[in-house]
Amino acid sequence: MASPLERKIKITGPVVVTANRVADGAVIYRDADGGWTTRLDAAAVATNAASARALIAEANADDLRAVGPYIAPVELTASGGRRPGNLRELIRLSGPTIDLPVSFGI
Amino acid sequence: MYIYDSIDRTLVAERVAEFRDQVARRLSGELTEDEFKPLRLMNGVYLQLHAYMLRIANPYGTLSSEQLRRLAHVARHYDRGYGHFTTRQNIQFHWIKLEQLPDAMADLADAGMHGMQTSGNNVRNITTDQWAGVAPDEIEDPRIWAEIIRQHVTLHPEFSFMPRKFKICVGTASHDRAALRIHDLALRLHRNAAGEAGFEVMVGGGLGRTPYLAQTIRPFLKKRDLLSYVEAVLRTYNQFGRRDNIWKARIKILVHDLGAAAFAKDVEAEWQSIKDGPLALDAATVAEIASRFVYPDYEALEDGPPALAAARRADSRFDRWVNNAVANHKKPGYAIVTLSLKPEGGTPGDCTAVQMDAIADLADRYSFSEIRIGHEQNLALPHVAQRDLPAVWRALDALGLATPNIGLVSDIISCPGLDYCSLANARSIPIAQEITRRFHDLDRQRELGRLHINISGCINACGHHHVGHIGILGVEKNGEEFYQITLGGKADDNAELGTLIGPAVPYAKVADVVEDIADTYVALRTGPDELFIDTLARTGIEPFRERVYAAR
Repeated sequence: MASPLERKIKITGPVVVTANRVADGAVIYRDADGGWTTRLDAAAVATNAASARALIAEANADDLRAVGPYIAPVELTASGGRRPGNLRELIRLSGPTIDLPVSFGI
Repeated sequence: MYIYDSIDRTLVAERVAEFRDQVARRLSGELTEDEFKPLRLMNGVYLQLHAYMLRIANPYGTLSSEQLRRLAHVARHYDRGYGHFTTRQNIQFHWIKLEQLPDAMADLADAGMHGMQTSGNNVRNITTDQWAGVAPDEIEDPRIWAEIIRQHVTLHPEFSFMPRKFKICVGTASHDRAALRIHDLALRLHRNAAGEAGFEVMVGGGLGRTPYLAQTIRPFLKKRDLLSYVEAVLRTYNQFGRRDNIWKARIKILVHDLGAAAFAKDVEAEWQSIKDGPLALDAATVAEIASRFVYPDYEALEDGPPALAAARRADSRFDRWVNNAVANHKKPGYAIVTLSLKPEGGTPGDCTAVQMDAIADLADRYSFSEIRIGHEQNLALPHVAQRDLPAVWRALDALGLATPNIGLVSDIISCPGLDYCSLANARSIPIAQEITRRFHDLDRQRELGRLHINISGCINACGHHHVGHIGILGVEKNGEEFYQITLGGKADDNAELGTLIGPAVPYAKVADVVEDIADTYVALRTGPDELFIDTLARTGIEPFRERVYAAR
């Protein structure tokens, strides 16, 4: 019988592991070398439950550098890049969809 | 302004030193996130989508010019040059770095500011009427009573780990400008038949996924009993509130499940055991607190100086602004000026460091160095001499703070939504911005009259959508943003929750729907004097529903 953790992870497409950096809260992604990157294109991509489980387990163990790791969907582009898999992840990667007030009319 | 004493200053300084040590231990790995999170939340530090967020308490929405300058300094040096004023009279900085937070907090502490009790299951920042102390219709300054409660509950161990957060609001005016009945505990000062002032005690209000308006459990409470009664309410909630389910933990659920009468009975029983103890307020204690509020040394002026009338005749833009943003003051010759943080296409409640510094300068020159924050996410200069209104207007106009839209369709209350917030399901700010663009014509806005739009990006309802005349709630459906529309909510003396008019509409259609609703109102109203909310009360929502959905 699978452990509760194993049962929780269901992968329907490519995913990455993302979190916020401890020191400044910046959005980060787990890379293939066991580190973190702010570039989605440099993130490690998992395409099955076992590799996703391994990525999130490593990330959870890295409490010193990352806050709140979780698995997020991505889309792979024809050129080998990655695009965020939903609006929330797009906003996390690209920032607010609005002009910040410093650039608004003042 | 309330002047902090040495106890207050020491407490805030000690908290900064404590937090500095906690941050160092977190950054070194000595504290895990699980250990650190409750500590940072006790200081108003959240983690949002892009960065940490620092929420700073502004007790009862009052700021000095020195404090506003300090907020500008924090915005400039530790954030991205702006802050966001919230529906709880607080301010949030959305881009703070954890490693810089202790320094930012130390700078704030120098001006008597902090983030304590802006998060966590404790008594949150106590809110009140932003016109406290200056409104002609108030019985007395509500901040004195708010401050008495604040001092009692700040870091009170018994009320630091309640079932859930607890929001208290105090009102003392005949008109409710503080949205009393959406609070966990609302205290409304009024006079009884004998002319004595006392509090109506209302409990169990709150929005979120299960919205309720507060119910009266005691129509009249003597002022001497305020603190002991608040204590009894808190103890009763602390004892019987649910801790097994976060969605059912607020006092509103307890009051609803027990019934207000049964809850009141429990409170009264608790109160009987403490009412004549040390929490009974004697006149000397109240006078001591009141003495720490310093009031302006107003000049003896007359209402309606001739120069003001001449300026209004000479400039129609100025005249329009006076009609919209200037309110009567209790002192002759003075006025309350509301500063709109809702420019066309802007983010409701956002204020840049440049604006903050400039407002602080204006407050020094024209408003006895005092600024107020309203729950509608606008600011106010509370003590402006009427003769100075033309100069104040020119300065505010140059700063983008004189949009004459107070209370109108573009004066939108909005949470940060999915552009910032990790809880949100959908964006709020771009919806607000698009609506302000649709209604950019100020003549059209004025013609529509008082019309409140409130937007929340999730069911937690930080944008108070349930009490908007038009409420907009963002939801997520199959990965897409949709918005539920409610009509008929209001947060005034006759507070009501809005009614859902039908299926949610997609992001791109929300502004169209608002226009349809506005057009329907204009077609249905008996005349320009019938407000939107009154037309709606007369016709019901059906004609609005028909118009919105017939076209789609």
